[in-house]
Amino acid sequence: MASRLVARGIEAGYGAVRVLHGVSIEVNEGETVALLGTNGNGKSTLLKSLMGLVRPAAGEIVLETDGRSTSLVGLGPEEIVGLGVALVPEGRRLFPRLTVEENLLLGAYRREARAHIEDTLAFCLEAFPVLRERRRQLAGSMSGGEQQMLALARALMTRPRMLLIDEPSVGLAPILVSRVIAKIRELKETRHLTVLMAEQNFHQATRIADRGYVIVHGEIAFEGRSTRELTEHELVKKYYLGV
Amino acid sequence: MSGRRLLAMAGGVTVLAVALTRLVDNQYYYFAGYVILQYVVLATAWNILGGYAGYVNFGSAGFFALGAYTAAVLIKAVGAPLPVLVIAAGVVSGLLGLSIGALTLRLRGVFFAIATLALAVVLQTLIVNWEYVGGSRGLYTIRPARVLFFGNYVEFLFVVMVVLAVAALTIAWRIEHSWVGRGLAAIRDNEEAAECMGVPTLRLKLLAATVSGALMGVAGAPFPYYITYMEPASTFNLDYAVNSLAMPMIGGTTTWVGPLVGAVLLGSAQQIATVTISSALNLLIVGMLLVVFVIVAPDGLVGLVRRRRSRG
Repeated sequence: MASRLVARGIEAGYGAVRVLHGVSIEVNEGETVALLGTNGNGKSTLLKSLMGLVRPAAGEIVLETDGRSTSLVGLGPEEIVGLGVALVPEGRRLFPRLTVEENLLLGAYRREARAHIEDTLAFCLEAFPVLRERRRQLAGSMSGGEQQMLALARALMTRPRMLLIDEPSVGLAPILVSRVIAKIRELKETRHLTVLMAEQNFHQATRIADRGYVIVHGEIAFEGRSTRELTEHELVKKYYLGV
Repeated sequence: MSGRRLLAMAGGVTVLAVALTRLVDNQYYYFAGYVILQYVVLATAWNILGGYAGYVNFGSAGFFALGAYTAAVLIKAVGAPLPVLVIAAGVVSGLLGLSIGALTLRLRGVFFAIATLALAVVLQTLIVNWEYVGGSRGLYTIRPARVLFFGNYVEFLFVVMVVLAVAALTIAWRIEHSWVGRGLAAIRDNEEAAECMGVPTLRLKLLAATVSGALMGVAGAPFPYYITYMEPASTFNLDYAVNSLAMPMIGGTTTWVGPLVGAVLLGSAQQIATVTISSALNLLIVGMLLVVFVIVAPDGLVGLVRRRRSRG
């Protein structure tokens, strides 16, 4: 079940606006890697490029699974999902007028996931009891915290090996952020996931991250090989800790 | 509802329609029934793309007329029998749906809507300038003198339309209760999220556009025989575009029941208005009902009933 993601020299943007300038990152099997940066520095664009939602202008993205490497550049999102990568998008992006259960089932759209749909659904309802209670409710009518849980569960329904999570803390009360982060760690252990998490909430992200990158103006400004290195770095102190 | 039960129901409805032709003599009812059923097909077809996937088609009249003219050409050129007309009309209009979809469905919904609107105008212009089908003067199609079993051709056409309506509803039901339908619902609700989940959005949209276009063409296939005198202005009439959009919206767009209910209600209301007052009122009725429904019941009658039920 080894899987590893390597991106080198990614240049990407929207139309004439270049957002990423030669970004290189690496996520190894079983790691939780934090991608730290404040708003507008390119975190989401990087995740979207990895997912095939934004086509990079240059650079390469390689996914290694079970000793097989696949280049992800040029593949569509459905093919990338098919390779075992899932994205929990920023702002959840649920299907608001579908029920919680319908949202979850849609996570299992790809063929391999459909074969295990009963198991994965049972797991998700076990892991997120609140979703079991609200199974028949419309997703859009739930609270922000519940919606974030549903977004996580829906991504799990694709049976990913690698989970990309875009700002899980956005718009949530501090207590909920803390719960969501704890949940991500728990899921990572039980589902043997490799996690890349973009976050601007530094304290919460470093609670569960093994290491991380700081992205500033579309470039990797610093790579911390441990949470300690991250906390002690000048940039982080300047941007996050207000020291 | 299982597939077998669905087939049994479909067969039952057809048998009932045939039995009806043994009982009712007044020809008017067959003419009126034909028009209502034709709207059932059109509304159901529109709903597959417009309701399930949320891509609004303003060019239903173009797809319908293309089916009708395909049939008219085949009748004139080789005297093709009705089943061939239905299949050919479906194929031609389906291909049109596919190609318009391929050109515009990569973009967001608005572009598709604009393209379909323009499409109907372009097609009409082409037909007006095509001498073989009579240009703007139109052309006559003579009904076969006799038809097996039915004797009367209008009764036969009525039963044909019943079969087509049942077939369209069956297809819609099948789509709705499959992974295709689930994927289309995801596209309707949040296309970007659907992509993230691995839903092959473009393929599903193309499929929906093709099936939807094909069924609209099928609805037009028996039209030359029904109307006997066909000309572009009435075949491309705005009524078809507006009705096939308004009927599902009034009935409810998320299930196959919605277009059926909407088409039967609105279609009947228009038939009654045509007889008692004037056919000029038809679009007015639709317009006013649409405004009322958008305000009072944005999810249509089906949504209204569902909300009542879940409350009570």
